[in-house]
Amino acid sequence: MKKKIGVYVCHCGGNISDYVDVEKVRAEIEKDESVFLSKTTMFACADSNQKDMVTDIAEKQLDGAVVASCSPTLHLLTFSAVAERAGLNKYNYIHANIREQASWAHSDDKVGATEKAIQIVKAAVAKVKRSNALEPFRVAATNAVAVVGAGIAGLRSAIQLAESGAQVYLIEREFFVGGRVAQWDDLFVSKETGKELITRLYDKAMNHKNITLFTGAEIIENSGSVGNISLKVKIAPRHMKLDCNEGNLGKAIEVCPVVVPDKFNFNITTRKAIYHNFPGEYPQLPVIDIENCTRCGECEKVCENVDFSQKDEFLNIKVGSVLLATGFDPYEPKNDEFGYKTIDNVVTLPQFKRLVHYCDDKLVYKGKEVKNVAYIYCVGSRQVDGDNKYCSRYCCTATIHAAITAKKKYKDLYNFHFNRGIRTYGKQEVLYDESSRLGDIYLQSFEDHPPVVSKEGDKTIVTINDILTADKTLEVEADLVVLVTGMVPRQDNSIGSLLKIPRGRDNFFNEIHMKLRPVETVIDGVTIAGASQGPKNIMESMNSSLAAATKSFSLIASGELSLSPTIAKIDVDNCGWCGKCDDACPFSALTKTDVNGKLVAAVNESVCKGCGMCMPVCPSNAIELIGYTDNQIESMIDALVSTD
Amino acid sequence: MGAEKVNKSPKILVFSTEKISDPAIDMAGLLKLHYPPTVYTITVPCSSGIKSKWILHALEQGFDGVFIAADGTDCPYGESCVDKTGQLVGATQELLKQKGMDPARLKMAAICSVCSEPFVKHVKSFTNYLMNSSN
Repeated sequence: MKKKIGVYVCHCGGNISDYVDVEKVRAEIEKDESVFLSKTTMFACADSNQKDMVTDIAEKQLDGAVVASCSPTLHLLTFSAVAERAGLNKYNYIHANIREQASWAHSDDKVGATEKAIQIVKAAVAKVKRSNALEPFRVAATNAVAVVGAGIAGLRSAIQLAESGAQVYLIEREFFVGGRVAQWDDLFVSKETGKELITRLYDKAMNHKNITLFTGAEIIENSGSVGNISLKVKIAPRHMKLDCNEGNLGKAIEVCPVVVPDKFNFNITTRKAIYHNFPGEYPQLPVIDIENCTRCGECEKVCENVDFSQKDEFLNIKVGSVLLATGFDPYEPKNDEFGYKTIDNVVTLPQFKRLVHYCDDKLVYKGKEVKNVAYIYCVGSRQVDGDNKYCSRYCCTATIHAAITAKKKYKDLYNFHFNRGIRTYGKQEVLYDESSRLGDIYLQSFEDHPPVVSKEGDKTIVTINDILTADKTLEVEADLVVLVTGMVPRQDNSIGSLLKIPRGRDNFFNEIHMKLRPVETVIDGVTIAGASQGPKNIMESMNSSLAAATKSFSLIASGELSLSPTIAKIDVDNCGWCGKCDDACPFSALTKTDVNGKLVAAVNESVCKGCGMCMPVCPSNAIELIGYTDNQIESMIDALVSTD
Repeated sequence: MGAEKVNKSPKILVFSTEKISDPAIDMAGLLKLHYPPTVYTITVPCSSGIKSKWILHALEQGFDGVFIAADGTDCPYGESCVDKTGQLVGATQELLKQKGMDPARLKMAAICSVCSEPFVKHVKSFTNYLMNSSN
């Protein structure tokens, strides 16, 4: 038990001392014979007071410290650091909250607030008397990271990690890398195309000795914890031998009888069951889409490299951290949402962009030349009735960019933007300006009165009550209606479920703290990057990729991990292994072990998260949580009820 | 103990959790949502890690009631927290009955990280209950 405890009672300007008699609190606490020193201070967190505390603790050789001030969420770390600077182990510092839970909560009752503050500080002193210096656990960390998803975010993260010195396993579920960005032509703000960006990143990644790429690959099992995560990867075959004769491949594609919509072009074109990559996709190898293949064998007859005997391969890898860059799905409008799939000239923004890519001198859709294009914004984003309350961020800019591109490419094209307020934030605003100068028409409505797409004879009419012209009802005869679809979370959340990554209200992967810990998840060692976390444009994805890569690398960089010492501890004498703790632990941190011929529970220090779920179920009270021991909790209870 | 309660507001011990209910209780203070100052908080990592032993100790040492501000489904350690907290509350109430104590002296409610108003409502009504049932 400690005998030289220092207690500091904070005025917090007047936030505490206006309601709590801090001098009385100090005087009461001073009566405890273990309290060697007690002071009041105007602002405990002020630099000058922190310096005084360091001097007090060091010079007077205090063995425990308590600051009674605001909520620990604000300043627990501040004063733990003060303790450490003075040479006192940070677990010998205890924080007492007498602002949020006393002076403010009971500002209507100064006597009551003061009495409560006294008991709170007494309880903190009781706890610190029974606290011990603790050192973090150290475990070896594997210098490797699994990057899941090889779109632009995954590629960039992989390169960053490799250049930092980590081994990288780049795991892509599709047979080609490049993700969504490979599908785009010119981009904004730079003139580079998506294809060029991906090519640049792919070449760089493939030339780095630390990066191993797996395509057609998925993680199917995971065990272990930060620093030492074991993953099982399933790799689907391409059903093609690697050295491929292009001439025969062309014939094989020609003879393949299976025709399916091409997802790369958002189903506006078709491909065969055996197909080759697009120019922006890598690796440049063909693949057989085995789900749609009928095994008719026609391709085998003309191409010797077809190989139906290839089977799934399984690979076990060990990594220190996992970085998820699994991207988004484009929103798929519901049937008849703004005429989608019911009116023949309604397409989505991604389809429109591919259409502009394929049409050279005339914009033609379904055999008709397009002159008037109506863009309907916020389809699947900022929904009033649906679940997607968020703004997808990229689409205003992407639409205006696509509209300008089309207008410059084709003669006599007119753009009509049916929007809900344009959000071309930051540098992207110049695009909006350019489009206005080019004569694009902007019509705007509120969310409760969206534009209506209807068919009149063979004409497609878009009607809006335009709030920019005093709610006038305006109609545009559109040759093509483009639904500006936003980003939605991946429909297939298998990797999220496997790694137990929580999702936010928007259903994208959730970070620990939006501002302060933006790329970490509550699962230690798993970081998130790019649009898997929420709608982002390429620049924003790059920022988050570099942040996530750096965060993942920082966990493993030293080859060793420090883990919190406040975890469960088994009293071997009382434990008779019944397995109930093992059943209760959500992290499988408890295992049966043999200690001198007796079966008892053992805590895996790198897996235990210190929740304490194992404690109440133990029939012999053989488990304690360090930092929350029976002795500490019961003495706090005693202090809170004591009337001495 | 009964005699002491006549003029005094009953003492309630709240077991609250660091990540979920503590922020709600702190915010109740920030918003000056007043509740009786005889409500005290001890912070634990997770509401499903509270021992019956602690609850009994509190009630035997002079607390009139124990309130568990449970994590509910928001628990950072997983959703099994809900069932496990429920189980430990049930088991402890059973122990109270065996000891001839009123099981309603232990109360539980899920308090999310912004549930400041529900928290204040709960501790006020619990205070009333304990005040009326004290003798």
